[in-house]
Amino acid sequence: MAALINVPAKARRGDVIEIRTLTSHIMETGFRHTADGALVPRDIITSFMCRYNGTEIFRADLFPAIAANPYLSFFTVAKESGKFEFEWIGDNGYSSSASAMITVE
Amino acid sequence: MNVPVTRRDAVLGIAAAATLLAVPSILRAQSAGRVVVVGGGFGGAACARALKRADATLQITLIEPNKTFTSCPFSNEVIAGLRDIEAQQFGYEKLKADGITVVPQAATTIDAQKRSVTAADGAAFAYDRLVLSPGIDFHFEALPGYDDATSEKMPHAWKAGAQTLLLRRQLEAMPDGGTVAIAIPANPSRCPPAPYERASLIAHYLKTKKPRSKVLILDGKDSFSQQRLFEKAWKELYGDMIERIALSQGGRVTSVDPATRTIVTEFGNYTPDVANVVPPQRAGRIAGIASAADATGWCPIDPVTFESKLVQNIHVIGDACLGGGIPKSAAAASAQGKACAAAIVNLLAGRAPDTPRLTGVCYNIVAPGYGFSLAGNYQPKGDIFAEIEGGATSPVDAPRELRAREATEAERWFQTITADTFG
Repeated sequence: MAALINVPAKARRGDVIEIRTLTSHIMETGFRHTADGALVPRDIITSFMCRYNGTEIFRADLFPAIAANPYLSFFTVAKESGKFEFEWIGDNGYSSSASAMITVE
Repeated sequence: MNVPVTRRDAVLGIAAAATLLAVPSILRAQSAGRVVVVGGGFGGAACARALKRADATLQITLIEPNKTFTSCPFSNEVIAGLRDIEAQQFGYEKLKADGITVVPQAATTIDAQKRSVTAADGAAFAYDRLVLSPGIDFHFEALPGYDDATSEKMPHAWKAGAQTLLLRRQLEAMPDGGTVAIAIPANPSRCPPAPYERASLIAHYLKTKKPRSKVLILDGKDSFSQQRLFEKAWKELYGDMIERIALSQGGRVTSVDPATRTIVTEFGNYTPDVANVVPPQRAGRIAGIASAADATGWCPIDPVTFESKLVQNIHVIGDACLGGGIPKSAAAASAQGKACAAAIVNLLAGRAPDTPRLTGVCYNIVAPGYGFSLAGNYQPKGDIFAEIEGGATSPVDAPRELRAREATEAERWFQTITADTFG
């Protein structure tokens, strides 16, 4: 499983809509040690971004205290039909993306 | 004849008796306390009996609206058609024979200042110590669309009885090839492994009667008790018949629509043929009325005496209390009921209560003749119960003979606890 996205398929122009995202990621803090004392290296998502028809509408920075499988929910105003694009970037060159369409009437 | 005595009378009685060097029998009679127990499940009934056994002079009243108790343990077998509901039902005759006054009413109000409980018919019962063992109630506000009316269409079957039979009938009426969804809330909830036992036994029913059908678990949790044992058994017995969508896969249920039998999760909608929705829970209603429940909906207690942290002279046991590491289960409620009884006997006699050590055991049956278990020991640590060493879980890799033996032991456990509580 990559990412789960919940964007309403349809909305009326001007509606406030909720967008939910969830992506699978270990979010290893970098503070833990193995049984033999070795540090488990940090491996987290560091940034999330959402674009609505190419324009950035939401961005979040993520830190080691955030639990595995980060869930983010936020609101925006439905302005026009089109595409939401989501992007997660993290340690070790991690990158993942997803998209969802909306029809605004 | 039982003449109600107020606490002051009793105290004066002891003082007078002491100065007159009274005979011990008078002293005992005067020091006898009144304990009211609200709720006649595994916790309340065990507590009432233990109190009476510890001190026959105590005046014990058990307030419980149901004339027959229906046990949740083993009710998943009723749902799967493996057991009759009558095997789950027990009366209060033996408790009455013990000298416990059983009042077949719902407790409606509690006056902690006057130390009095009022029943639905208006009768009032004064107490020196009150024990609340009300079990759970559903937190409908936490699941939009779900209420008592919805439960007739999308049964919870999380309180055994009519709901258990309703879910069974729905399974029986479902055509082969259908999907049974089980919606599971986050903890704390009653008997955390039970939804997975239910999924297993429903899969057993479907495999036997409707083999093209599926079980879909929509889970508000990522991990659960005895998970590896369950998952191994599912693979072994049911192949891919059981599908589970965990919290981090979008399994948390956010609302339901009874009109279309739709279960809405954070990331999707499901319209199963049978929807078994277990709503989020909180302590039974009377705990809130007594002001013994906090913002979590559950009751904080002193783990040594089970006395409420919020209201004096009220003890809370069983599913309703915040037990820390103790899972909410029949075995735990029973152990708490007995420990609470011992504490109350000591408190009424002016002695310091002993520190309890509780044992809880939980059996899961995933198919006829296939069981496993978890046993734990618990002791007070600060404000809560913490698990101490000595617990054990069935091994993940074990021969079927062991699973068969554990299934037999589970049945024996049920016979023992129900005989102990109601027999």
